[in-house]
Amino acid sequence: MHLPLAFNAELFIQLLVNGITLGSLYALIALGYSMVYGILKLLNFAHGDVYMIGAFTGYGVLTLLGGPLSPSIAIAPLIVLMFLAAMVAAGLLGVVIERFAYRPLRESPRIAPLISALGVSFFLQNSALLLFGAQFRSYDSFVLGSKNPEFFEPGPLTDALFVVKNVNVQLIQVIVLSTTVALMVALTALIAKTAIGKAMRATSYDREAAAMMGIDTDRVIATTFFIGSVLAGAAGVMFGLLFSQVFHFMGFLAGLKGFTAAVVGGIGSIPGAMLGGLLVGLAESMAGGYLGGRWSDLTVFGILILVLLVRPSGLLGTRAIHKV
Amino acid sequence: MTLLRLRDVDTYYGEIHILQKISLEVGEGELVCLLGGNASGKSTTLKTILGLVTPRAGAVEIDGEDVSRRKTSYRIAKGLAIVPENRRLFAPMTVHENLEMGAYLRKGASSEALERVFDLFPVLKDRRRQLAGTLSGGEQQMVAMGRALMSEPKLLLMDEPSMGLAPILVERNFEIIQQVHQSGVAVLVVEQNANVSLSIADRGYVLQTGRIVLADSAKALLANEDLRKAYLGR
Repeated sequence: MHLPLAFNAELFIQLLVNGITLGSLYALIALGYSMVYGILKLLNFAHGDVYMIGAFTGYGVLTLLGGPLSPSIAIAPLIVLMFLAAMVAAGLLGVVIERFAYRPLRESPRIAPLISALGVSFFLQNSALLLFGAQFRSYDSFVLGSKNPEFFEPGPLTDALFVVKNVNVQLIQVIVLSTTVALMVALTALIAKTAIGKAMRATSYDREAAAMMGIDTDRVIATTFFIGSVLAGAAGVMFGLLFSQVFHFMGFLAGLKGFTAAVVGGIGSIPGAMLGGLLVGLAESMAGGYLGGRWSDLTVFGILILVLLVRPSGLLGTRAIHKV
Repeated sequence: MTLLRLRDVDTYYGEIHILQKISLEVGEGELVCLLGGNASGKSTTLKTILGLVTPRAGAVEIDGEDVSRRKTSYRIAKGLAIVPENRRLFAPMTVHENLEMGAYLRKGASSEALERVFDLFPVLKDRRRQLAGTLSGGEQQMVAMGRALMSEPKLLLMDEPSMGLAPILVERNFEIIQQVHQSGVAVLVVEQNANVSLSIADRGYVLQTGRIVLADSAKALLANEDLRKAYLGR
């Protein structure tokens, strides 16, 4: 443990930038946890593994299109394709999981779907292990679009888009943050304004009453899984682009942190998931920077325990209006 | 033409036999009431009609079609609407959004349907941006009623419309039920309050511990000695 002697603005800003980037990733994962919890009161512990499958799907598209060293198309459409493929694959996976692992247990005691969720989590992790092997796969995103990738010359993704107090804010960080903001704005608008969004709110408030209105609540629940999983798929590609390495077990810790973010913000609450994600990302980054890397997970889960003790409903979780 | 028909319906909750060979029907434009005390099976009958529980035997027919194995949304689409017991409004949503949910299968609330509801309940027009959970009990009852009418149903199901309301509001509520009925909508009122519902109904059924024990015209039921003793307390 090394405490800095004086306040170092550069370090602080660097940790802030990293924390916000990481936080947007956790927020995207947390949203899926929160939406599913809001509508089914189910903790979908397979959610982190859906994120992992998203990361692998992005990796698959990258590899199919020539790999990071010699991509066959320009990198802007390549990255867009990676995102889209991962989001669609993760979304469909979420729907399949709901259909076969949770729906048959809808009327069972709450412990049954929870155990089923853990089973799906193991199933996905081990399927990935069988399909992709145990080794780390790398996006090698830092050479993407580089002129001399064979000499490991960095590509445009790591370019400093702007500099704050000597701290580089990289293009990839800006891409991650702006994609996250765009997805959150889209989600918020969907829930507030569209028919399916209103049906989601009605179903999460009172499923039977929603059914009485003629809302096909099975379809609404499937849609909720789809949307939540789409966001996790996007987060998976973001992780690959930011930190390069993807592997079959990556969803475990990320899932737990997304879950922590959802609980800290107030599970069931959409703005809560966003806020919780940001807080968890910042806590992890700050603890890692100021206290040392081994403290980052400890701090995150320490916050989880603290919130559960002091304010179990979470920061924004007092039966918030935007509960889904 | 029969809008709704239950044929020898047996419904269970687990191993408990709730509805025993229930048969009833509601014709087009009729106002029928289903009377019964606590735990007589009134709510279960409605849930069976809507498909929220599945009967073990017998059939539910809407418009002559057997819908016993169909989802609730399919049955609602065939022209059913319900004002549930205790209203069951979506409290964190606005009045307008609640009304929209009533018209969910119509792909959004048409302005004519909204206008008709606001004509019936003018106060809701001023309240439409307000959250349903913040309204008074009487206003919430109006939203529940309006929400059901948004789909322009052929058959309106009313679950205990007198429950938890002040006598003056009960009266007002039944006036509105009558008004809706006069506009050509069939109504099935499920009630404990036999007096007020029989006074506006064409026909009635009496449910006791899961069995239909009486079925007659409203006039005959009002004059029935046994029913008087059991329900009307005179």
